[in-house]
Amino acid sequence: MNNDKVIQVEGLTKMFGDFTAVNAITFEVEKGEIFGFLGANGAGKTTAMKMLIGISNPTSGKANVAGFDVFTNAEDIKKNIGYMSQKFALYDDLTVKENITFFGGIYGLKRQRIKEKSNALIVELGLEEVANKLVGSLPLGWKQKLSFSVSLIHDPKIVFLDEPTGGVDPITRRQFWELIYKASHNGTTVFVTTHYMDEAEYCDRVSIMVNGKIEALDTPKKLKEQFKVKNMNDVFLKLARE
Amino acid sequence: MGISINNISKSYKNVKALQDISFEVKEGELFGLIGPDGAGKTTLFRILTTLLFADNGSATVAGFDVVKAYKNIRNNVGYMPGKFSLYQDLTIEENLNFFATIFGTTIEENYDLIKDIYVQIEPFKNRRAGKLSGGMKQKLALCCALIHKPKVLFLDEPTTGVDPVSRKEFWDMLKRLQQKGITILVSTPYMDEAELCDRIALIQGGKILDIDTPQEIVKHYPKPIYNVSANNMYQLINSLNDYEFNHSVYPFGEFVHYTDSRIDFNPEDLKAYLETKKLLNIAIEKTVATIEDTFMELAK
Repeated sequence: MNNDKVIQVEGLTKMFGDFTAVNAITFEVEKGEIFGFLGANGAGKTTAMKMLIGISNPTSGKANVAGFDVFTNAEDIKKNIGYMSQKFALYDDLTVKENITFFGGIYGLKRQRIKEKSNALIVELGLEEVANKLVGSLPLGWKQKLSFSVSLIHDPKIVFLDEPTGGVDPITRRQFWELIYKASHNGTTVFVTTHYMDEAEYCDRVSIMVNGKIEALDTPKKLKEQFKVKNMNDVFLKLARE
Repeated sequence: MGISINNISKSYKNVKALQDISFEVKEGELFGLIGPDGAGKTTLFRILTTLLFADNGSATVAGFDVVKAYKNIRNNVGYMPGKFSLYQDLTIEENLNFFATIFGTTIEENYDLIKDIYVQIEPFKNRRAGKLSGGMKQKLALCCALIHKPKVLFLDEPTTGVDPVSRKEFWDMLKRLQQKGITILVSTPYMDEAELCDRIALIQGGKILDIDTPQEIVKHYPKPIYNVSANNMYQLINSLNDYEFNHSVYPFGEFVHYTDSRIDFNPEDLKAYLETKKLLNIAIEKTVATIEDTFMELAK
């Protein structure tokens, strides 16, 4: 595998009975890239993402994620990626520290390493005051920033973010994106789905899925030029309304 | 005769969910309540739909007091909560019939009001609500909220988690309902939807930050605002955050929106500073504030 390509997908397909949820998608994502994975509800994004993170077996095609084959090494993929979604993030009944320790343990980090990581992370996010409070009592925006940082605790090559910023206020949403930029700057690949089209513009490249196929894939700038529109929202509307 | 809200406050234990909120929604108006999770939007909806008592203040909906005339309100408003609240085990048609019957009407009687929306889900009318996609659930919920021909329609985050195409379709539907004379109060965390309303209230932390038309509200932005771009977004944001004269630094698509704390700000000074940070292809251009800029400045 080419070292700079942390995700390589070729003709990846998933069928449920007669229904083709993901129809022979092909793309590559580079190390440190922020890759936006867009599509209408029901276009096949979640199904595609489940195959890439090793929790759903593809029907056909090829995919290599973080150096591992999705067919034969799904377990290795899980160890080498981070995952965060709005729906499942942290345990509300555990404190900030307990959550960090728990996820550090799940990913097999040594006790000393968890302690170091935990302290660094709490300082970085400014959570010193609430480190021993239950996560359930924190504002949504804090939870999401913490959840993102926890998804990076084992220094994964890639982090998958499934609609990470839904419902968050605009200032916190931007602080969240600054964390994403930082992770990318440090060499972590960020694979992100979102319904906020202004966030699509923050990505290095964006793919748009329509009815199971990737119908467009390029930098936001080139996509806007290609469709002769001013913003990504209009690109999306033009493509997905066809 | 639309909605009138006077000094409404509501607290839960030590959380002040709403703090002295007052505003009016005119009859036939499409009014947007714009704010993030936890702003107090749902609490206000529940008070106005007579599901919750305020601690202080008063409100009327369609001319009826929310406490004294709660029964009249329940007959005259439609409410679509943020969480899908229909019966998952009933089919589309059964749900709709159920709500029509509760309100003493039939699907046929007010069919013209829901027709546009209902035809889109009618092919699946024998499917259980729990088995529908998000977009179809949303359309069914809207039909059920409209079946008794309400004077005022309350929609709590109807488009959250919905893709841009379905969101646009939903807003087109709202515009058509408005033309039929229905007063609409809708909440959303998406700032771009604010532009589709007649007037908006920006809300955060239980307080109204500002109320006006979307066109006027952006004129309240107090400073000149600039689009800044360079070859490396991450370094650009860090450099701007470190700049001693910055007032605000927010990523906005392919640009960073920047305001300066000095009255006599010269963009050339900023450019010179960014050049010392080894950034290339630096561009600084004046731009106009968006509703999101205005929100962030007021929420700061």
